[in-house]
Amino acid sequence: MDYGALMEGIVFYLFAALAVLAALGVVIARSPIRAALSLALVFLALAAMYILLNAPFLAVAQIMIYAGAVLILFLFVIMVLNPRLDIVGGRNHAQTIAAVIFAVALGVLMIAAFVAGQPAPALGQFTPEFVSQVGHVQIIGALLFSDYLLLFEIASVLLLVAIVGAMTLARRERDQHANAKHDLR
Amino acid sequence: MNIFGIFIDQVIVDFVILIIRCVVWIFALLTTFAYIQLVERWVIAKIQVRIGPNRTGPRGLLQPLADAIKALFKEELIPTNADKLVFVIAPMISVATALLAFAVIPVGPPITIGGYTIPMQIADINVALLYLLAVGSVSVYGTVLAGWSSNNKYSLLGSLRAAAQLISYEVTLGLALVGVIMLTSTLNLNNIVSYQSNFGWLIVPQILGFILYLIAAIAETNRLPFDLPEAETELVAGYYTEYSSIKFAFFFMAEYINIITVCAVATTLFLGGYLSPVPFVPILGAPGIWWFALKVFILIFIFMWIRGTFPRMRYDQLMNFTWKAMLPLALLNVLITAGIIVFMQPGVAQAFAR
Repeated sequence: MDYGALMEGIVFYLFAALAVLAALGVVIARSPIRAALSLALVFLALAAMYILLNAPFLAVAQIMIYAGAVLILFLFVIMVLNPRLDIVGGRNHAQTIAAVIFAVALGVLMIAAFVAGQPAPALGQFTPEFVSQVGHVQIIGALLFSDYLLLFEIASVLLLVAIVGAMTLARRERDQHANAKHDLR
Repeated sequence: MNIFGIFIDQVIVDFVILIIRCVVWIFALLTTFAYIQLVERWVIAKIQVRIGPNRTGPRGLLQPLADAIKALFKEELIPTNADKLVFVIAPMISVATALLAFAVIPVGPPITIGGYTIPMQIADINVALLYLLAVGSVSVYGTVLAGWSSNNKYSLLGSLRAAAQLISYEVTLGLALVGVIMLTSTLNLNNIVSYQSNFGWLIVPQILGFILYLIAAIAETNRLPFDLPEAETELVAGYYTEYSSIKFAFFFMAEYINIITVCAVATTLFLGGYLSPVPFVPILGAPGIWWFALKVFILIFIFMWIRGTFPRMRYDQLMNFTWKAMLPLALLNVLITAGIIVFMQPGVAQAFAR
């Protein structure tokens, strides 16, 4: 009996179920903090999928960036603003109808794609043997600093612009406060 | 494999051994936690010219057991307006992430028992260094959620402080390790140790990285002089004000296991891991795990020493210190390391000149 494949199957379905349930939790949870926590569970389940797909770097990056950085900031904002449930829980009927339509359309598309099927793409330059020989992280690093250097740098400049922008906004507000105080005197 | 005449598939044997290893690891970590905490009380008592715990058992050696029993039998309180689910989960996240981080650390060379080679680490993964940073970033959840779910102003303030502090110091912590990755060109902890057995301990070329890592590690574990999240004089007890009984013990446990882990990581990356400092002396060269434990304990002792001697920093000093002093120094360390690599290795220098 092939225990390796069996284990892989068990782990896959376990984390797939977890991902789906947690994603449902994101939508259903009334408390914003619990919704954010469910999102963290989704990220963890997806990271497990990446490990199953032999992409450990992606898995770790997923946890570090999405669960560890982005979502913590979400939590920060939710905790500081502390939105009241009756405001957050308000329903918008037009939005509900649109959401149902889009969800059904997406479901039909996915089923259609699954039924139609696609042959597995041929293995490219990066076969599993090549990856295990050179090293996963090494290949990603080499690609980022050769073929995708421009895109990589553009992305980093984009983040820098976002940081500078946030600081400028915070600064301007503080200056306005200072000016207002000055006017009062 | 045949055990008692019954044929058992190798995969199942491996799986059972893995489970046993995990249980042994957790048991060892928890025992170490209990006694590190006792030793810390002794050390702090000596520094403050007190006697310290010496009543429970011979020389106070049973104190951890007494503490554990006390924690177990105390009444558990959950605030009325707390988010009960999150309140219960938060300490679990803290302990789980603290234990998870230790899984990738090689505490000794593999040992062979009855023809079966047992590696002295739970998981030998190729992205171990990133894994450690990832688990560390998830551990923030325990702190943040504990403070929020308690529905207490002091807890919330403590957890917001903690989150800001942990996220800020994580940046320096990660950057301090970049130099090690550059020199060894691997993220696998075993390969980093074997690099050090060939080229000497990394503390020599990475002394700046080592110091920055230790300072950031003290901040990451919420220790004095960086224990702002639980500053008693201003925040009652910070994010775990509302916790009692075993849940309080969980946070305590997580803090000390994190201290063990960061010291173990520092040992592995900078102090040659389980390698003997005098490999040419045969007797002293043999037991890797004892060398590892000794190095980790020396680092933990430095942590206690710092706790006993430094006053707590102010919050703005804390933030200025990491963003304006440590982060630039960490970047400088990356630059210096890059310089070392480029100009010291003939092959790279030639490629550079081409």
